[in-house]
Amino acid sequence: MNRKLLTGNGAAAWGARLARIDYLPAFPITPQTEIIETIGNWIDNDALECRMVTMESEHSMLTAAGAAAVTGVRVFTATSSQGLLYATEMLYTVAGWRVPLVLVNVSRGISSPITLEPDHNDVLAMRDCGFLQLHCATCQEVLDNMLIAYRLAEHPLIRLPVLVNLDGFYLSFTREPVQIPSQAEVDRFLPPFSAGSIRFRGGESLSEGVAVLEGSAYSYFRYEAHLASLQGLAVYEELGLEFGELFGRQYTTLECYRSEDAEIVFVMIGSFATKGKEAVDRLREAGAKVGLVRPRLLRPFPVSALRTALAGKKGVAVIDQNLSLGKGGILLTELSSALYGIPGAPPILAGFVGGLGGRNISNEEFFEIHKVVQRGVATGVCPAPQLLYTDEELRALRKMQSVARAAKTNRGGGA
Amino acid sequence: MSETTYQRLKDLPAYHILGTGTPMCAGCGGLATLHEVYDILGEKCVIVNAAGCMTLLSVYPCTPFRGSWLYTAMACAPAGAQGVRDGLDILKKKGRLSQEEDLEVVVLTGDGSAYGMGLSATSGAMDRELDFLYLCYDNEGYGNTGQQFSAATPHAARTATSKGSLGYPGYKKDLFAIWAAHRPSYVATVVAAEPLDLARKIEAAGKLSGPRLILALSPCPTGWEYEPSATVEIGKLAVQTGIWPLKEYVDGKVTHTKIPHPRLPVREYLKAQGRFHHLFAPRENRGLIAEIQARVDRYWQEVL
Repeated sequence: MNRKLLTGNGAAAWGARLARIDYLPAFPITPQTEIIETIGNWIDNDALECRMVTMESEHSMLTAAGAAAVTGVRVFTATSSQGLLYATEMLYTVAGWRVPLVLVNVSRGISSPITLEPDHNDVLAMRDCGFLQLHCATCQEVLDNMLIAYRLAEHPLIRLPVLVNLDGFYLSFTREPVQIPSQAEVDRFLPPFSAGSIRFRGGESLSEGVAVLEGSAYSYFRYEAHLASLQGLAVYEELGLEFGELFGRQYTTLECYRSEDAEIVFVMIGSFATKGKEAVDRLREAGAKVGLVRPRLLRPFPVSALRTALAGKKGVAVIDQNLSLGKGGILLTELSSALYGIPGAPPILAGFVGGLGGRNISNEEFFEIHKVVQRGVATGVCPAPQLLYTDEELRALRKMQSVARAAKTNRGGGA
Repeated sequence: MSETTYQRLKDLPAYHILGTGTPMCAGCGGLATLHEVYDILGEKCVIVNAAGCMTLLSVYPCTPFRGSWLYTAMACAPAGAQGVRDGLDILKKKGRLSQEEDLEVVVLTGDGSAYGMGLSATSGAMDRELDFLYLCYDNEGYGNTGQQFSAATPHAARTATSKGSLGYPGYKKDLFAIWAAHRPSYVATVVAAEPLDLARKIEAAGKLSGPRLILALSPCPTGWEYEPSATVEIGKLAVQTGIWPLKEYVDGKVTHTKIPHPRLPVREYLKAQGRFHHLFAPRENRGLIAEIQARVDRYWQEVL
């Protein structure tokens, strides 16, 4: 076992390398680029036997990835933000082919306005496509979950592609000490890929991605894929245990941090949950009974694990780093539907939207969130969903607006 | 073409290997092309299909193909071909697929994808010198959705989205030249009505590696408005009037494989199809017919 300082991108690259990927169709986009550059270097220096091909778009990249997976080789690729959106059509298509591959998304906000900074609207826009979604909070988790992702994707009960998500900048470019397992250890956990019954051979009639001309066949195949996705929860738990036995780091569908005896719980995904955990520690020091629950899987959504973890809690604060325009936070919606009508469901479920476009969520804001939920618990009134935004930020923005207005006037546009 | 197996019509395969009973329209020029191409290519290929009429060849649970087939999406069949080709090469390198089991990767698309939405993926595949054969059945419109005009629609043709008295105002995009500009291994135009010329070109393409395009004019009875039995006649007229030059590009050089002599007036081709009916009735539009004729004349003047 080798311990190294790795960025999240580096950890993803190591995950792909240890998984012995055969094929990497690529297309550059910030902040994902370091992953394919790192792997490209290994290929150039014979540290990894893999065919890498730079495609002319993410749409084509995902197509090539899926087509190679159908052909029977182990495939990896990575993207971000607009790239993920550009490939959307093919994410649905490839999931429909029922082929395993692993796609890393390095989360980044989507246009417009254009930004390089992270939030989860890119990855959550892919919620319904059929890819399983794993969300990582640390660089170590990125590497480990890449390996678990291949096992999940290639599992005979699942056979669906898996998306592993890490937050741009906060994780992609943050260096952390990461345990890199030896190739021999990984080989014991992740055997070579076998395509099974899907194979292209001359003289064998095999059609993949065929048309169905009526709803009942379509419903059948779509629902089959849904059921396969649901299998992901039990299989992930199983693999997490097996991984723990081999490598000493166990993974479950939920990370529960000091939540067992908590009265109020923060729910969030991704690397910002580490800020949440820090806030939990501070609040605990001040005597608050607070904890954090972090789903590692967004699809399939660990509904029953969440119900169990949140049963009997007085209040829950869902902190979304995304915004479904016209509705609000997506995680809040997901959680509401998971908890509705369940005996023991927390009476207060409060939604907060923060971290959009890389906006930080400070300790003070976590304290404020806690206060708002506490007030809700005391009054029995569920607080309305709100955006985390400070007066100071608003003042800074107003200043920018006045500059923008002034610039317009100076061009001679003003009267 | 001197070393061809196909000297005479009787040298062509006697039976089609593509299954019958497909849901294509009667008299489909695209299907005729595919039959002829598949016969020469054989079963050892993976056909990567883009959205179009031919998507409906494989409808669950049936397929007329004796080999492999993969449907991608409209914009990206060449990228699918890239994944399959690379996948097969990796399997061969790993010893999981023998040289004898190797397959030719074939893209199958209509003009809607080939001339338009799929052009970026096509250009990328050529750029990467992908070893694949690209078969475009060009029925000069979005045929599968009811013959709306595409970038392949000829000037003045009436389509579902160009119904005015002058028909389609644009001009057919020169896909042959766009491909040739990428300096691929092979580019050829064919038509099913000239099966010997087609067979020779598939044979020639099959001997090469790298990007290879077979651009097939595919008369479409429903879209072009003529009787299904006339498909061969229309195809032959397209060649005889010089509207569809049969040619090939190899090593930077374009050769015409069948020079119409004498060249029939274009009006004979136009008059046979309902999509050009407005050029003849209620009154003959001599100006427009002359313009089409002049463009054809200029083409042949320049190349001969």
